[in-house]
Amino acid sequence: MKKIVGAVAAATVALAWSAAFAQSGTQKVKIGVISDLSGLYQDIGGPGTIVAAKLAAADYAKINPNLQVEIVAGDPQNKADIAAAIATKWFENEGVDAAVDGPNSAVALAVSQVAANKNKLFVVSGAATSDLTGSKCNANTIHWTYDTWMLANGTGRAVVKTGGDSWFFLTADYAFGHALERDTSAVVEANGGKVLGKVRLPLNTHDFSSALLHAQSSKAKIIGLANAGGDTINAIKQAAEFGIVKGGQNLAGLLVFSTDVKALGLQVAQGLVLTETWYWDLNDASRAWTKRYQEAMPGKIPTMVHAGVYASVLHYLKAVGELKSSSDGRAVAEKMKAIPTDDPLFGKGMIRVDGRKIHPAYLFEVKKPEESKYPGDFYKLRATIPAEEAFRPLKDGGCSLVRS
Amino acid sequence: MFEIFGIPSQALFGQLLIGLINGSFYALLSLGLAVIFGMLNIINFAHGAQYMLGAFAAYLLLQLTGIGYWPALILAPIIVGIIGIVIERTMLQWLYKLDHLYGLLLTFGLALVIEGVFRNYYGSSGQPYQVPSSLAGGHNLGFMFLPNYRAWVIVASLIVCFGTWFVIEKTRLGSYLRAATENPTLVRAFGINVPRMITLTYGFGVALAAFAGVMAAPIYNVSPQMGSDIIIVVFAVVVIGGMGSIMGAILTGFSLGIAEGLTKVFFPEASSTVIFVIMAIVLLTRPAGLFGRG
Repeated sequence: MKKIVGAVAAATVALAWSAAFAQSGTQKVKIGVISDLSGLYQDIGGPGTIVAAKLAAADYAKINPNLQVEIVAGDPQNKADIAAAIATKWFENEGVDAAVDGPNSAVALAVSQVAANKNKLFVVSGAATSDLTGSKCNANTIHWTYDTWMLANGTGRAVVKTGGDSWFFLTADYAFGHALERDTSAVVEANGGKVLGKVRLPLNTHDFSSALLHAQSSKAKIIGLANAGGDTINAIKQAAEFGIVKGGQNLAGLLVFSTDVKALGLQVAQGLVLTETWYWDLNDASRAWTKRYQEAMPGKIPTMVHAGVYASVLHYLKAVGELKSSSDGRAVAEKMKAIPTDDPLFGKGMIRVDGRKIHPAYLFEVKKPEESKYPGDFYKLRATIPAEEAFRPLKDGGCSLVRS
Repeated sequence: MFEIFGIPSQALFGQLLIGLINGSFYALLSLGLAVIFGMLNIINFAHGAQYMLGAFAAYLLLQLTGIGYWPALILAPIIVGIIGIVIERTMLQWLYKLDHLYGLLLTFGLALVIEGVFRNYYGSSGQPYQVPSSLAGGHNLGFMFLPNYRAWVIVASLIVCFGTWFVIEKTRLGSYLRAATENPTLVRAFGINVPRMITLTYGFGVALAAFAGVMAAPIYNVSPQMGSDIIIVVFAVVVIGGMGSIMGAILTGFSLGIAEGLTKVFFPEASSTVIFVIMAIVLLTRPAGLFGRG
């Protein structure tokens, strides 16, 4: 088994011990980045999340130089059991105060449980399942960047409203795919559309042509892709080959990252509608941040997961700074919910009592190749979904924290 | 239009054809494995990585030198084949006298190293590669829309598969090769350079994998893990066909593609397991595989 990739020193670790001790009121905090450092999702999160966390630490040091931040990283290899073991070791033996990211839903649910048991904090960015702030919520977990409900609501509703009222799903046959399909079907039906059928295929299916034929013969206007990563890329690539879009049907990618668009190429991905909560080319602040990110990750385009890690670590450090303690995870989470969020990437916002971070979501359309002016110029903005509409209403989640 | 088991015949014909297309990839890849195992007695676990190298070679040729799909179809297998020859000369040739396990471990390790290096440089999300413009579009066959590129995949794979079978089973060169695996000392006594022949055979098997990789690049995601996704199925195909049997690998490749295609009609959730169920049944009834000798 691969061991933890190794401790990664943060910006402030460079400070000499003596100098640190000499300063009165110096406080230490240790953050563990738990991410897919070597697998399928390493471009979506991966090494970039460590860079993002370091940038947040560097920025917070400008506000409060007395807080000493150390960042370590662990690779759960996308497995829940390994994730739980890493988190337990961090929280029990290595003095880690908070874990951030969590590359997939299974990993995130496992770490969330450990954080609650050990009374530490877990701030999720990479994982999608809306259960983290719904039926499986707890007082030690905060879900920052996006979730399945928000994806379904953003893309699903927009597509139905623009005439895409009959759907056929290509679903990844595991918990995440089912959740995304369930949430999207609900949105489609609530908005007057109907679901004509679905095909559920195993994770890492390399050939979608048979499912695409099925979808083609269903005559549905929209083929919804309730899958992620390599599955989504293969499905879109082959849909182009089978002339799905030319035949009058449209694709709706329910979870598409900018890295996936890069892998597809605009020629294939053009016209695809998708929802994200952050895009590197959204505004001046996001472009400036991307420039800093690319100093450490040359040529790589940051995703909303990286942005989420940056913003959530920054907010976490603010809460710890005000509280002057990081040991009680529940107290820090409460502080994070109490103070409003404000960062250059997601703007002003707040964290709800169920742990859901609230910010606007954006409906994008992938540009045609001739519209793209420079590398990474992928999206045009079709609509902005305001923060209060982008995420599941507090009362609908079934989170136990809401009632109490 | 009539129905078979409640499935419209249209859909069924479509799925059969698609199964045949996927079978083309299985056949191409398992053919390379069968050639290498038959001639070298090496279980080439690096085959998936070499398939990935073929796809990446096509991508890099396009990115760095502007060489398109058609030249890449020739050049990429040659480049990757040469890499294979280097691997054989520097590493594999020391293992022929040892247990199969050593070759398996070495090639498995190589596959991990190659994949890891590519993941480090190119990330995991993949690279774009377009269908060549001369094969873009498709034809409506009445029961399904057949992209021209897929039709080309079937044709090319049939030509390459049966060409290889013909050379090995029906020509003088092939008879030398087969003789050399049976009794290398005797063949050498006739003045034939057996080690060189073995080296070239490995290079050829690897080139076949790279050829399949280039064929796959326009329709599958070109990513470092593309080989490990498909190679397990291909190994099952080789086991079902009978290790080392050339014709067995080709026929099982195509027929398992069809079996998988049919599963996707009736019960798509099981499409990734059906091949292994067949493998279990075959191993229980015919342990040497359907076409295996021994």
